[in-house]
Amino acid sequence: MSDYSLTRVWLILLAVTAVTYWIGEGGLSGQGSMVPVLVIFGLAFVKGLLVCLDFLELRHAPAMWRWVVIGWLIVVLGLIVLAYAISLR
Amino acid sequence: MNSPLVLSESAEPRLRGDLGVWLVILLELLTFAILFVSFAFARTREVELFNASQSTLNLNTGALNTALLITGSWCVASAVRAVQRNASALGARWLLGALACGAGFVAVKLTEFADKLAAGVDLSTNTFYMFYFFLTGFHFLHVVVGMLALTYLWVKTRRGAYGSHDCHALETGAAFWHMVDLLWIVLFPLVYVMR
Repeated sequence: MSDYSLTRVWLILLAVTAVTYWIGEGGLSGQGSMVPVLVIFGLAFVKGLLVCLDFLELRHAPAMWRWVVIGWLIVVLGLIVLAYAISLR
Repeated sequence: MNSPLVLSESAEPRLRGDLGVWLVILLELLTFAILFVSFAFARTREVELFNASQSTLNLNTGALNTALLITGSWCVASAVRAVQRNASALGARWLLGALACGAGFVAVKLTEFADKLAAGVDLSTNTFYMFYFFLTGFHFLHVVVGMLALTYLWVKTRRGAYGSHDCHALETGAAFWHMVDLLWIVLFPLVYVMR
């Protein structure tokens, strides 16, 4: 991957962080609904995926390693979302 | 250190960095996974307390630290790319950039810890702060360890120790640094943003 795409990944990560910050700052992160939960942890998944694939270069690693780290993200974020769903019941 | 895989120039899939350090990374991911999920489930028992305590955290410094870690990761990834092209001087400058981001993170975090302690808040205040200090403090230690590794790699890179022939140590340090970034990417929304 070229330097250009590394820079592009960095800018996307910053933009996604800005959106997360804006949701928190705007007080939209605690509306008693699952929508902000799914949006915020969905954005965290996008960021984690970019770091895994392009910074850790798991895109070019054996599939087993790629899926271990992506699987970690899915399980951790999935369980966090489950905990929020339970707390909203 | 001199795995034959590292010297392969082919497009065959390969893991960047030392296998031993990758096993450490997996262990760290597992440890933090348990901590993150424990935080989320502990919150279900004391939602009001967690939300009230979280509202005392500074979202601005949390977001600033996210930007610093993401930028540090970009610098390290760019350093690896430069050294792979045998541009050691450029690679060393990228590493210095990453160290500056790490130092910024440390400074911001220490200020945040100092503010909390000055306000009389510590590990024993309540469940939220127990997790807050434990999670962010443990992560903080990883940032410091990562910076020590980057400092060593910066010195070696400046001397031209790495290049297209051997980038293994640098890729290993980079993998650890990206892991520290990855952990914060989950920690920030969980501890600072979501109510």
